[in-house]
Amino acid sequence: MSTRCLPAAQLTGSGRPVFISGEVESSLISGVDIEPVDQNPNLSPLKSGILILTTHRLIWISDSSSAAISAFAIPLSAVIHIFSPKKSIKAMFASPRIRIQVLISPQNGFVDEKGSKSMVITIVVRGKTDPEAFLGKLSEAWRGRAWETLKVESSSSTSTDEGSSRSGLRTRSAVVGVAGILRKEQEMWESTDKSLQEAFQDLNALMNKAKEMVMLAEKMRQKLLSGPSTQGSGTNDEEIGSKQEMQDWMLSVGIASPVTKESAGALYHQQLSRQLADFVKIPLEKAGGMINLIDIYCVFNRARGTELISPEDLLQACSIWEKIDVPVMLRKFDSGVMVIQNKSYSDEEVLARIKTLVLKPDALRSGVSASDAAMTLGIAPALAKEHLLTAESKGLLCRDISPDGFRFYVNLFGEILAEDILLVKDYGTYGAWISAVLASR
Amino acid sequence: MQTLGNFKLPNFFNYPPYFTLQPVRDTREKQVQLWKELILDYCRTQKIFVIALDEEFPLFSNPVIESIAGSLNHEARQAFLSALVSEGRAEWMHKGHRKCLILWHRIQDWADSIVQFVKDNGLEDTVMTVEEIRSGVESRGTELHGIDRTILMRALKLLENKGKLVIFKGSSADDEGIKFSL
Repeated sequence: MSTRCLPAAQLTGSGRPVFISGEVESSLISGVDIEPVDQNPNLSPLKSGILILTTHRLIWISDSSSAAISAFAIPLSAVIHIFSPKKSIKAMFASPRIRIQVLISPQNGFVDEKGSKSMVITIVVRGKTDPEAFLGKLSEAWRGRAWETLKVESSSSTSTDEGSSRSGLRTRSAVVGVAGILRKEQEMWESTDKSLQEAFQDLNALMNKAKEMVMLAEKMRQKLLSGPSTQGSGTNDEEIGSKQEMQDWMLSVGIASPVTKESAGALYHQQLSRQLADFVKIPLEKAGGMINLIDIYCVFNRARGTELISPEDLLQACSIWEKIDVPVMLRKFDSGVMVIQNKSYSDEEVLARIKTLVLKPDALRSGVSASDAAMTLGIAPALAKEHLLTAESKGLLCRDISPDGFRFYVNLFGEILAEDILLVKDYGTYGAWISAVLASR
Repeated sequence: MQTLGNFKLPNFFNYPPYFTLQPVRDTREKQVQLWKELILDYCRTQKIFVIALDEEFPLFSNPVIESIAGSLNHEARQAFLSALVSEGRAEWMHKGHRKCLILWHRIQDWADSIVQFVKDNGLEDTVMTVEEIRSGVESRGTELHGIDRTILMRALKLLENKGKLVIFKGSSADDEGIKFSL
């Protein structure tokens, strides 16, 4: 099978496309074939995949259930014509088709916006989606020419590298110190504020503005990221510090192209699930491999900006993880608390750390509370409590209910003989506990 | 070692979880077992026959432990005593489960020691009152001295059923006479 005339599209670990800067997803349909109209040695038909339309590209991703996921993209900049659908008796019975004409390079036949020859590609829609609506969005995106605005901007800020022709996506960089960033940010907020006010005038306008705003955030992020490299000498520590802080802050703000019900339709939860799996990686790493579902809900929605999801959507997205190959999972504790954890996360390791904790002399004497354990394990107190309860149910710990709440002690009951309650073995935890208590008197 | 009067307390008496009813089954079983032993040992040495759930009981609180768990709550007390009852080492005195009779000797054992006491003192074929057994000169120094009246009556009834004695109403209204016939 040869697909070399289409550029490959990069995918994330869980099978979501990697978007280029400023790119926003606008529609998604399933059960799509892509095939050339005439026989072409460079393009054999691609069968039943997902087609994602963005402001910049058409991305085709092979069916996720197959072993190796492959993905290809047609840059909209290479499209020169979109045929209107044929109205014929024959067309009524066949699967709906969308035909587009794309430029190809005369030398090797690759899809190329600078090509002088062209070929016609057919998109066959076998799924139950509405091809008319998709065609409408496609034409809209194509006429929107989002890739050109980017180019103009980049050429105005720096000299564009003419050599990189594919989509003009070189990151731009002309930032003058933190003050510059802050001023620019201020200006952007003002214009964002304006656009917000405009947007609220009518819902359709809001949807358009939302895309603009996401792009705005993404652009700001790009500028910040490229800042340090061009900064050169003369940066003092304070500047670096505040820049770092701002970067962290900005990074936590942006998912550039959130999966929405509007864009993904029936595949909404599945795509959301994949995006979520990509997203939780960093927060999970920071939290030590396990994080409360509620925390993720807040962080995820904050990152999505205007396209908020409901708790039900989040729960559904998490439960889909079981069916697809992602490195994270949803876990429900006996108490009903739900968390997201890495699949590689092991309870044994946590139990071992809890055991070390409760065997320290202080803990032997006065026990540990959930917040003590949270500090030692570096996790949230609510989670620490779940771990302590798990350890208790395994017989490692037992509890004492004091005015300050629960305190957990290492379980000594197993070591004491009911036949001789005064007997203390010289070795073992019971002995260690007695000496710890005596030492405190 | 910590003591309660002349009673030696085990080390785990200062272990705070000992005073909180444990929710995990295996742990709780072990805890209940330790409490049963401690209650029986303490009652035996201190000659205590009745524990009232709602009243202060020295064993059920430990001033050394500062938490509220330093004293057993009602649920825990009831759980430990019920465990004794189910083993035949205690009996609830009312339906309300407010007072518990502790049988550090089973009724049968008490009956045996009564027989032993009668034989030791050559009291076969004589007549005594119940009060004389509990506080008379003859019983001084034996386990029967100061025995709970309810337990003594239960043991005597047991012996009566076996035909070893006869209980009859005495001259005073609140005392019964016993005629041994061993």
